[in-house]
Amino acid sequence: MKPIETQKEYQDYVDKKSPNSPILKNCFNAFWVGGLICSIGQIIFNYCKYRGLELQISNTIVSIILIGISAFLTGLNLFNKIGKFAGAGSLVPITGFANSIVSPAMEYKSEGYVMGVGGKMFTVAGPVLVFGISASIIVGIIYLIFNTQTITLV
Amino acid sequence: MIKKGKQTVMFETPPTIAQTACIVGPKEADGPLAKYFDKCLEDEFWGESSWEKAESKIIKETVNTVIAKSGLSNEAIDYCFAGDLLNQCISSSFGLRELNIPFLGIFGACSTFVEALCLASVFLEGGAGQNALCAASSHFCSAEKQFRFPLELGNQRPPTSQWTVTGSGAAIVSKAGNGPYITHMTVGKIVDMGIKDANNMGAAMAPAALDTLVTHFQDTGRTPNYYDAILTGDLGYIGREILTELAETKGYNIKPNYNDCGVLIFDKEKQDTHSGGSGCACCASVFSGYLYKLLQDKKYKKILLIATGALTNSTTSQQGESIPGIAHAVSIEL
Repeated sequence: MKPIETQKEYQDYVDKKSPNSPILKNCFNAFWVGGLICSIGQIIFNYCKYRGLELQISNTIVSIILIGISAFLTGLNLFNKIGKFAGAGSLVPITGFANSIVSPAMEYKSEGYVMGVGGKMFTVAGPVLVFGISASIIVGIIYLIFNTQTITLV
Repeated sequence: MIKKGKQTVMFETPPTIAQTACIVGPKEADGPLAKYFDKCLEDEFWGESSWEKAESKIIKETVNTVIAKSGLSNEAIDYCFAGDLLNQCISSSFGLRELNIPFLGIFGACSTFVEALCLASVFLEGGAGQNALCAASSHFCSAEKQFRFPLELGNQRPPTSQWTVTGSGAAIVSKAGNGPYITHMTVGKIVDMGIKDANNMGAAMAPAALDTLVTHFQDTGRTPNYYDAILTGDLGYIGREILTELAETKGYNIKPNYNDCGVLIFDKEKQDTHSGGSGCACCASVFSGYLYKLLQDKKYKKILLIATGALTNSTTSQQGESIPGIAHAVSIEL
């Protein structure tokens, strides 16, 4: 091997030396766990419809139940194990969002309820909220400009 | 003391490492070196209400253990050099606030323990006292909280990431004694080869380790086979491989007797620790437990201990800065 002199050479060398994440395995696990979580959501939704609930209320109930389960599993030190196994599979559905809020709340409880739990609760989810809401506003403006039909606000 | 070459100091009346102690967490207790540690904890909290308090308690109890084992009184110890990874080194200063020993808090990231040994040796050789205490600690949970994400967050760690060792190692260095002696120290330079990946600390620190290693050999005129073992602090599997290969390009074959404390402390396959252990306690506990025992049993007679540190924090990572590395070396001989 040639001696390494520059930062560029070293970076290339390190890239070669560093093993990559097992992408195929991660994708497969993310696919089936993510699918399973969404299927559970669909089962709850269908059951709500079957019991005669309205579409919007059924949607809300699905979210509440999945968030509740995710928060509960986070508290039991189980969700991080699911997340380690499934990656984006458990992160992308609403379960991941609940986990990203509950986990800092637990972590920073030692700094008190106001500045700890309250102040740090959104450290992980914060960016998702900021950019999620910003994106929806931009899309809303585009819709407002290009939509020729009259808009009725609910 | 005689300065040799660029960065190395040879001690004429070399100080002795009179006693060591270490306490580690439950994961380290499941690792291959468990039987060498003074105490293994059953959980990460150790009865405290936060991880920071738990880490303080670990360093405090480790220091109390080493003092008790040495038979010295607190008054007989002239200085305490200690440090850790938490902001403003609070584990050491809070843990040791009731110690009543003159205290010098130090920060060298994961190289802190060897930095402490270097400073203690110079103080004692310079005639500033008879005994000095060196200690360093780290805690997986408090480090994750400060440097990465909350523990319960369900994310995946890349294969290059390392596992911060929970624990502490402490040593008493004495001016007089029968060894093992600290005969040389090589103080390292900051080396930054532009690695930005905070999940690949081994690669970020390996060039610093290489620089210190090569400088040590040039300054002392020694070769790798002079030592029974050359050990780095926490380069992990990837860093170890990089250092071995880079040393070869500089004309030093360290393969036969080189290893890394971060590789030794965990069982990679069983414990899912990816590239190995890291943190101040990695080098400190492996030296204080395992290596010191081998020196006492005369299985090793000459070792070169090179502790490596990544001088970064979460703000610099977010600002896109690269990770400067540092490595300090001490020769420990019987």
